[in-house]
Amino acid sequence: MAKNILAPEMRKVVVRFSGDSGDGMQLTGDMFSQSSGFAGNDLTTIPDFPAEIRAPQGTIGGVSSFQIQIGGTEIYTPGDSVDVLVVMNPAALAANLALLKPGGTIIADKDAFTPKNLKKAEYESNPLEDGTLEEFHVIQAPATSLTKEALKDLGLEMQAMTRSKNMFALGVVLYMFSRPLQNTIDFIEKKFYKKPVLVEANKRAIEAGVSFAESTEVFGRSIVIPPAKLPKGTYRNIDGNTAIAWGLLAAAENCGKNLSLSSYPITPASEILHELSARKDMGAIVFQAEDEIAAICAAIGAAFSGNLSATTTSGPGASLKSEAIGLAVIAELPLVIVNVQRAGPSTGLPTKTEQSDLNQALYGRHGDAPVVVIAASSPDDCFYYSYEAAKIAIEHVTPVILLSDTYLASGTSPWRLPENGDLKDIQVPKFKGDPGKWEPFLRQPEFLNRYWMSPGDKGFEHRNGGLEKKEITGNLTYEPLNHQKMTKIREEKIDRIASRLPELTVSGAQSGKLLVVGWGSTHGAINTAVRELLEDGEEDVGFVQFNYINPLPVNTADILGGFEQILVCELNNGQFVHYLRSKFPEFKYRQFNKIQGQPFFTSEIKAEIINTLSR
Amino acid sequence: MQTDAKENKTDLTKKDFVSDQTVRWCPGCGDYMILAIMQKAFARMDHAKEEHLSVSGIGCSSRITYYLDTYGVHSIHGRAIAVATGAKLANPGLNVWVFTGDGDCMAIGGNHFIHACRRNADLNIIIFNNKIYGMTKGQSSPTTPVGLKTKTAPEGSHENPFNIGEVAIGSGATFFARVPDNNPKLLEDIMMQAYHHKGTSVIEVLQNCVIFTDGIHEQITGRDTKDDNQLVLEHGKPMIFGKDQNYGIKLNGMRLEKSALKNGTDASLVHDEGEKDPAMHLALTRMQLPGHPVAMGVIRKVEAQNYSEKVHEAIAFERETSTFKGVNDLFRSGNTWEIG
Repeated sequence: MAKNILAPEMRKVVVRFSGDSGDGMQLTGDMFSQSSGFAGNDLTTIPDFPAEIRAPQGTIGGVSSFQIQIGGTEIYTPGDSVDVLVVMNPAALAANLALLKPGGTIIADKDAFTPKNLKKAEYESNPLEDGTLEEFHVIQAPATSLTKEALKDLGLEMQAMTRSKNMFALGVVLYMFSRPLQNTIDFIEKKFYKKPVLVEANKRAIEAGVSFAESTEVFGRSIVIPPAKLPKGTYRNIDGNTAIAWGLLAAAENCGKNLSLSSYPITPASEILHELSARKDMGAIVFQAEDEIAAICAAIGAAFSGNLSATTTSGPGASLKSEAIGLAVIAELPLVIVNVQRAGPSTGLPTKTEQSDLNQALYGRHGDAPVVVIAASSPDDCFYYSYEAAKIAIEHVTPVILLSDTYLASGTSPWRLPENGDLKDIQVPKFKGDPGKWEPFLRQPEFLNRYWMSPGDKGFEHRNGGLEKKEITGNLTYEPLNHQKMTKIREEKIDRIASRLPELTVSGAQSGKLLVVGWGSTHGAINTAVRELLEDGEEDVGFVQFNYINPLPVNTADILGGFEQILVCELNNGQFVHYLRSKFPEFKYRQFNKIQGQPFFTSEIKAEIINTLSR
Repeated sequence: MQTDAKENKTDLTKKDFVSDQTVRWCPGCGDYMILAIMQKAFARMDHAKEEHLSVSGIGCSSRITYYLDTYGVHSIHGRAIAVATGAKLANPGLNVWVFTGDGDCMAIGGNHFIHACRRNADLNIIIFNNKIYGMTKGQSSPTTPVGLKTKTAPEGSHENPFNIGEVAIGSGATFFARVPDNNPKLLEDIMMQAYHHKGTSVIEVLQNCVIFTDGIHEQITGRDTKDDNQLVLEHGKPMIFGKDQNYGIKLNGMRLEKSALKNGTDASLVHDEGEKDPAMHLALTRMQLPGHPVAMGVIRKVEAQNYSEKVHEAIAFERETSTFKGVNDLFRSGNTWEIG
């Protein structure tokens, strides 16, 4: 048996909860996340559930998992491999065993390892008993039977009793990590306040789990993960899609506009549509359109009408929207287009992550049609970049594409709630003087943005649309030189935004042998890899992550020029590296591409960096 | 509903809606009349000048946006209805009009059209039906009749056409009217009725294209034939037509039948625009020459749930009953914890 990798005090730990789709693993994971946040740990989580809505019970295809990395240090990823694996049935074990580190711990509901379930998981004998798991530390917990015993006098149906076994497992894990129970109990009371019997059932199941762990002394002693040094403030856990929805709400409130969202359902972006549909209490005007094209066109109508307007989609939907994005470009309307990317092309791997819509965001339109492109890099900073996308769209009167992806959409991380003054004000570019001195395409000199006048503004009645416009007046014209001039203005208008963007900052070496470059959602894995190398004494590596893609930050060339080699890591076949090559051909680039529908593992990035350095 | 001129809340006149742009349609085009009547009707409506919004797609019809001096969006091919829906939801106080053609609305924009009819937001849609693609120079459209020779059907069209009213009512439209482009009085009256109708109003204008389908509606709209070939419907009035008011419409089994009236108004059906069951309205939209007259006027006008109004009622209710006064309350709802 491998040495137990769990120690009394640990800087970070990866726990994976896994069971059948009906076993409540996402809720269990969510509650453990809450408890970890409460204990002051930093954390990142990722769910992993079947693509099918209801896969056959007990089969490997029906396994639903939730992975969390917690730490007393900053945590940027849910972890490559697992220290503690909780499995509620044989299928969960079969599906996840490969992720468990040698010497890791398995907590298994032994009651679920029946001949029938073993067969469904394609085991010929019971792995808990046949030596399959000898590399690991196995805790066989009779979760189902002890939960039933604890709940027996509550008058619940058998099914409701066994359903609480996830709380038993949570109790075992809470004990394992020395967690006080109170905030978890509070959570249960809030969640089930309409059903007191379920509050009691869940409490008892948790306590049964704790008692089991305590009395069997299987852990020797429990594990402490000290609090991380996080900035002061109020925190909550947030996933990327909710964060995007809330960023838009915050922007609307800041600029005093109503928020209009017009979208068509698509995986993995639909949760933004769901969340804002439920946010009528915040005044969100949400339109579920008949198709992707209607969604963006309605968003354009809302933008013309003077609302903060957004549409959300994923790659295939973004393709359908591309003609209309061209309209928003030539009409110069403020519009936020969110693309929560998934693996393509076409239907591709619809539930898997990828960063392969970058080219589409940058170039995927007819005509010369530049737009602002920005990318979020963690579930919680989806809030910030969503807010920022709205701010840029409004202040510069332009469409902005915000890129997220499956990984950010469903993952969670702790988010420090913004306090008064944390969010930059959004200035709405209204023309304040005599309408007689205004023209539809009159521009402000500094950033070349036009004014955003809308129906209801008396004296500013005007027509706007897809035909080329005369400079300033906006009247239709086919004059050759005017078209050239307007095309150049539209480009320069976007380019000038660069001067308002934060400059890139490099972590690690500020110049030297190797610069590791990432963009968007890969920040966690690359940052962790570079930090670990720096801690190991590697001094010649710097790291920079891009969030602003078009325009690029003004110091991009200075930073790229400070290193002998540049390694661009991305989850596609090399789209960002191609973009950098076209913008800065004077530098030499290497590329590291993973195109498997999966996020980067820290270990892969580390290996690639070491490999590059040794060349 | 009969609305008399200048009894509204504004002091606007037709002139206020004439833009400074030169109108560029072919001389003799039916679009001129639609433009003139729309300008006149806008002035009769209760909305202020800055509260009107005209939205169009692509095609000859859609140029009208530039000629109406109010807010306007000349959008992309087929998508005017979608743009208008977003605008109306964003600002429900606007008076939103969509201008589109048989190609723009029934082909590339067909999906938005059927869903607009079903959804019943408070939009007014005028479809200029000249049964051809004019601006792209003469291809078949979804309303091109079988056998008509076009650039894309040189031997005559083999496709069955859409009947716009049938599609609209079949999709749940609560207001459908038809009018020829040489009856300004009827058009103006229909526009005012559409304005007052709470929901999606669809107006089909039989419009003449002088270049590609010149005279295509001639049998219906011609000076000598129109009285015998049009049935101008009025709510609550018997369905009587003909130069000498000597024909009526009767029901024969399941079918509408044109019948000569022997003495006055006996036995003719009476039009009920408000009947919720669409069967009779569909039958009326389907009447065609030579067996039947073509139905004009308001064929269907029924009350139903109005989407744009309902959405804003729901928002108002949720806002009023919510404990969230702003985003900070939302962010702090649920499970949070303090650090430091």
